Amino acid sequence: MFRHVNRKTLGRIVLPATLALSLGLTACGGAANEASSGGGSSSGGSSALSGSINGAGSSAQSAAMTAWIAGFQQANSGAQVNYDAVGSGAGVEQFTNKGVAFAGSDKYLTSDQLTAANAACAGGAALDIPTYVSPIAVAYNLKGVDDLQLSPTTLAGIFAGTITSWDDAAIKADNPKADLPSTKITPVHRSDKSGTTNNFTDYLNKTAPETWTSAATETWPINGGESAKGTSGVVAVLKGGDGTIGYADESQVSGLQTAKVKVGSSWNGPTADGAAKALTDSKAVSGRPDGDLVFDVNRTTTADGAYPVLLVSYEIFCTKYANADQAKLVKGLLTYIVSSEGQQAAAKAAGSAPLPSEIASKAKESVDKISTDS
Amino acid sequence: MTTISSPSARRGRRARQSGGDAVFAGVSLAAGIAILVVLAGVAVFLIVQSVPAFSAAKSDIPGAGSLLGYLAPLAFGTVLSAVLALLFAVPLAVAIALFITHYAPRRLAQALGYLVDLLAAVPSVVFGLWGIFWLAPKLVPLYLWLNDNLGFLPIFGSPSVTGRTILTASLVLAVMILPIVTAICREVFLQAPKLQEEAALALGATRWEMIRMAVLPFGRAGIVSGAMLGLGRALGETLAVALVLSVDPTLITANLIGTTNPSTIAANIALQFPESFGVSVNILILSGLLLFVITFVVNLAARTIVAKSAVKV
Repeated sequence: MFRHVNRKTLGRIVLPATLALSLGLTACGGAANEASSGGGSSSGGSSALSGSINGAGSSAQSAAMTAWIAGFQQANSGAQVNYDAVGSGAGVEQFTNKGVAFAGSDKYLTSDQLTAANAACAGGAALDIPTYVSPIAVAYNLKGVDDLQLSPTTLAGIFAGTITSWDDAAIKADNPKADLPSTKITPVHRSDKSGTTNNFTDYLNKTAPETWTSAATETWPINGGESAKGTSGVVAVLKGGDGTIGYADESQVSGLQTAKVKVGSSWNGPTADGAAKALTDSKAVSGRPDGDLVFDVNRTTTADGAYPVLLVSYEIFCTKYANADQAKLVKGLLTYIVSSEGQQAAAKAAGSAPLPSEIASKAKESVDKISTDS
Repeated sequence: MTTISSPSARRGRRARQSGGDAVFAGVSLAAGIAILVVLAGVAVFLIVQSVPAFSAAKSDIPGAGSLLGYLAPLAFGTVLSAVLALLFAVPLAVAIALFITHYAPRRLAQALGYLVDLLAAVPSVVFGLWGIFWLAPKLVPLYLWLNDNLGFLPIFGSPSVTGRTILTASLVLAVMILPIVTAICREVFLQAPKLQEEAALALGATRWEMIRMAVLPFGRAGIVSGAMLGLGRALGETLAVALVLSVDPTLITANLIGTTNPSTIAANIALQFPESFGVSVNILILSGLLLFVITFVVNLAARTIVAKSAVKV
């Protein structure tokens, strides 16, 4: 029963590892002329680190994490970082049980989970910091319609199943110029539990609460609509049928049309820049432990150019580790991840939005709380 | 003296002879016990891990809000897809096996046998990809036709436009279990008593009558046990179903060609496990326990049927 899960997990480990290796190798080739600017500043000026650490969690982050690990290992040739993209839930579980030194999660820890996780932290505290911000595209496949615009209420109506054909009056109102066919709408959602679904349903619930009444959730909350496994499954179904519409990480929807959503009075498409703007316009959650930096994304932002359908993924780590070498490695890796170089590397590899500098410097302060005294 | 010494001498001789026997008996005993230990270990793990699920808060149970309401649609989908797969696969497997054993020229029969066995070596993920990218789109026109012409039947309700329905999943499963059912039927049909077959032919029976009189009654137990092995595989198949099926895990519907379909236990675990933690994992393991029980009951039923029909032969 778990055989397939294991095989999949193995694939997830092996593939990123091979990628990291090959990236690392090609990077080594070009390292001679770049070495001085390469790792020195990013790893905080410390001498090269060595040893190995393990992390586990979010699969949304895995492409970015592969780039981060490659960049970090390039600067610290003796260091070995393994990241197992088992999923956020399993990652947090492993972290709480001291199985891994850090975890990636598409959802920040609740206060109860933080308390539980503190037990794994050798007298220190467990903290979340945002590291990966990615726009979620509303992608569709409809012949002859190129620049679809959808207001939150229309979008919620489509996914709730109350708007069933493409020439519905609500869609016409959003797209006065488009020539809309009477094709039946097939909304597509994720069949697996997913952080993307959590963020998308949060957006629908916050922006169109009358039409979309269910709160944010990782499993699709209502009946109806087509479902598919994983981002790649959703994209495959979208490409396979006319009149389909779904949501997926913006970097994965090439070959499909993406809809613009209404933000304030303007129509904004999914861009990394827009996602960063929406995050800048969001408030950090209050009442969290010192150094813990988490956001409830402001889905109703009206900031210029903002794109509020986005996913924020976090890294979870300890301020103290039983082993000082582990602490140094985690600190070095996270320092690189929140640095502008690390964020650019992820943007290039995974199409994510670099953290806004203000948030990045706050995240850096949290990382600096890691004690490396033995 | 002699009456006492001769048995002991015989015992000694027997002991010398059975040096290898003793080792072999020990090894097979250990293997037999190992099976029991593994099975018991799995059962204990499932039971212990699923206990916390019973005290799960309502908000932790997805969908229906009660354990029964959560598990019933999954069990329904699991059994429905497996039984449908069996309905497609068994008649085809019996026909293939009969063709290989009684109709085909020897060369062709051999080649065909290899091909069917080869089908068993295809990994389930490949069947899943084949199902989602090739089979499902090809079936859409058929589903539209079924709905147009037989739409009054509840099983052919509103059709899916992508073809990713429970009927498609069952067809994929049917292809997957075909080799094992065929292989067992073939072996059984080959062992049908030649004398009876020849006697039937000598009495003027046609080949089809001979098969009906001599081969099929003899092979009934084999067909049933082959079907049950196939059913076991169909019940537990994970990845192919997870890829092919467009699911709504809270749904019980008779519509076989709809956009939303009941999920299966194994596919549901694979889909939900990576992002689950805490009591959600326990609930998934509880569903795994249910699958374990269903499979166990199926195997038990198969044994009973085989034992009964064996008496008749």
